[in-house]
Amino acid sequence: MKIMAQMGMVMNLDKCIGCHTCSVTCKQAWTNRTGVEYAWFNNVETRPGQGYPRTYQDQGKWKGGWELKRGKLRLRSGGRIKRLLHIFSNPKLPTLQDYYEPWTYEYDMLISTPLGEHTPVARPKSLITGKPMKIEWSANWDDDLAGGPELAPSDPVLVKIRDQVTDRVKMEFEQAFMFYLPRICEHCLNPACVAACPSGAMYKRAEDGIVLVDQDACRGWRMCVSGCPYKKVYFNHNTGKAEKCTLCYPRLEVGLPTVCSETCVGRLRYLGLFLYDADAVTAAAETEDEHGLLQAQLDLLLDPNDPNVQLQALRDGIPQDWLDAAKESPVYKLAKEYKVALPLHPEYRTMPMVWYIPPLSPVVDALRETGNDAEDAGNLFGALESLRIPIEYLAELFTAGDTAPVSQSLKTLAAMRSYMRDVNLGRDPKPEIPAAVGMSEESIYNLYRLLAIAKYEDRYVIPKAHAETARDLEELACSLDVSGGPGQYQPGPFGGASGRPVPVAVETFHALKVRQTTEVLIPLDAVRMNLQNWHGQGATDE
Amino acid sequence: MSASDILLWVALPYLTIAVFVTGMFWRYKYDKFGWTTRSSQLYERKVIRIASPLFHLGILAVLGGHVMGLLIPENWTHAAGLSEDAYHLMAVGLGAVAGACTLFGISLLIYRRRTNGAVFAATTRNDKAMYVFLVAAICLGLLTTLVGSGIVGEGYNYRETVSPWFRSIFLMDPKPELMAQAPASFHIHAVAGMLLFLIWPFTRLVHAFSAPVQYLFRPYVVYRERGPHDPGSRTARRGWERVG
Ligand code: SF4
Ligand code: SF4
Repeated sequence: MKIMAQMGMVMNLDKCIGCHTCSVTCKQAWTNRTGVEYAWFNNVETRPGQGYPRTYQDQGKWKGGWELKRGKLRLRSGGRIKRLLHIFSNPKLPTLQDYYEPWTYEYDMLISTPLGEHTPVARPKSLITGKPMKIEWSANWDDDLAGGPELAPSDPVLVKIRDQVTDRVKMEFEQAFMFYLPRICEHCLNPACVAACPSGAMYKRAEDGIVLVDQDACRGWRMCVSGCPYKKVYFNHNTGKAEKCTLCYPRLEVGLPTVCSETCVGRLRYLGLFLYDADAVTAAAETEDEHGLLQAQLDLLLDPNDPNVQLQALRDGIPQDWLDAAKESPVYKLAKEYKVALPLHPEYRTMPMVWYIPPLSPVVDALRETGNDAEDAGNLFGALESLRIPIEYLAELFTAGDTAPVSQSLKTLAAMRSYMRDVNLGRDPKPEIPAAVGMSEESIYNLYRLLAIAKYEDRYVIPKAHAETARDLEELACSLDVSGGPGQYQPGPFGGASGRPVPVAVETFHALKVRQTTEVLIPLDAVRMNLQNWHGQGATDE
Repeated sequence: MSASDILLWVALPYLTIAVFVTGMFWRYKYDKFGWTTRSSQLYERKVIRIASPLFHLGILAVLGGHVMGLLIPENWTHAAGLSEDAYHLMAVGLGAVAGACTLFGISLLIYRRRTNGAVFAATTRNDKAMYVFLVAAICLGLLTTLVGSGIVGEGYNYRETVSPWFRSIFLMDPKPELMAQAPASFHIHAVAGMLLFLIWPFTRLVHAFSAPVQYLFRPYVVYRERGPHDPGSRTARRGWERVG
């Protein structure tokens, strides 16, 4: 057994209002530059919908992730030799059209056009070719079910469950059931992107499991892009290197949450540690039955309160303060203790580490429309039984089609809702409600606290990078901070694609942490500012 | 032997080697970030699907042919029981096919580069210059194959002059007089080839030297320790510090 620590995230989908704040702040911090205009490390897609890039979940087409071949794990796109034979042209690489062609507008026309009879217009202009273009698709074209009847039916998840439901139910479902799915890189325990990289440039950080691309070692073979079943590695077409979500590691290292979590309007993101047995990952991913994968993944996660686990973790070099943080980890509680959080597409066998609490609201809404008391436990349980379609859809997303864990999670949420209603209205709480979902009154109350009123410190339990190396970390260059990187420094001698990375110490994140948590308002004069290191006080000046 | 022979067949080869080796070393040391294929597949996938493998596999075969023809002495293949005529037939046959694939592949790639707006916009001046040298070397090479084989004009056994000269360069005992005897087409192709290697380290061609063979032998999932020696944590190297 080798215990490793993994930084994980949980998102509570019930609270997502689809505002895209997370996407915008992430873009502002990481991908606001040429070469990755089309890339959204964080995107929020409406379900049902095609997702971004279009229909990325259709692995029959894109061949991302792993599959079992004679009981052994293999990348779905084929073995190593086949991959090397394909480096000259990757047959499964999405093109820009599958994401979208980024554009800007000729704003200058609005002020530079000479006075005339007609009002000047700012035409859209492609950021790729520089030519005028027609806007036909974007990262969020089907937001809020826009284009529903034409676009939503091509949702790969819908296509999958279509065989099981009649068209009538399907239409009903599309009208009654819609939710948002914010997505970042899953920082998988068994990352297909890393396995597909011929150069060995992609790696999983041993300390916290964050999956990164070494910008100096990447040679632009693009295999990671097609290897990732979630399509969360992007090819920077300017620098010719792969880039991906970094889980904002410069922030995590000083104990700050990621930008997307920090700025989330619904406060629905949780960050914390998992302890897992690294030696058991492959065996878990080789679980024959797809419905067994969720349980296999849960079994990998070790109980941080178990003294044996603690002992072994210390022996494996995990510092004590990290173990303490693991005990407080909200993500461990939500995923393993309360079993309300579920992984996205466990059937891809990458062991994703961003978990989702499925949305109960659509069920509540449907129930309310029928004129019933939508917060009554009995009604809710009944509705969960009868509203098969949303549950089947959610199961296709989160449990490889097994409806039992999704129902269980939703029932727990329903129980919490109606139990807490009684408490809040001053009625006698009914212990039989938590009991119906196998929980004690105390644990359902704790779950309620965590989901409804948890403070910043409870939602984000992030141990700092270990003290001994903290000084070095200040100098640690962020892997994207290169010319053409977020810092946008001067291009190198061979154009935008060359030059030396600049150490990230130009923006010291420790100082940022102090400023963000201090009570005093600090004047902003002469500070170069962007959203990534905005400390939440005063205005940014950019 | 004239001064120009010395210049072309002694000075130029050594200059090429020197520039190539130091250039590659320098580029690797100071511009790892710029060391990439800079693939344009994201913009266009249909043409590249055919053209790129055609060109790359073709040029790899051409490389193999050059190794065979230039590095392996004639008497070795004779000793192995391969007659001159059989060798000649094989070399010309395979060489012509590989050369044709390469030429067709690169023509398609250049056509794509010129006609696809996105790909053209992503083509740097450096790329354009590189294409001139690359295409020149390939075309002249094909021409030389035709001349040497006797398909055009009289056949020529380059393994008695060009190849020994090539080896003599690396054996530090240059024999320019051998090369001087070869027909003009061989001369021109050799010069074009040397020019290509001269500019090589300063173009995107460097990616040829990162063929990822180690991929076949490493474990699938790579773990790396963060820490003071993390690749990202290096301080700027001498001469490359940030100003201001
Ligand atoms: S989700 Fe992230 S870690 Fe997992 S395969 Fe994709 S890029 Fe790699
Ligand atoms: S900021 Fe939060 S609420 Fe808004 S879209 Fe993102 S995850 Fe949803």
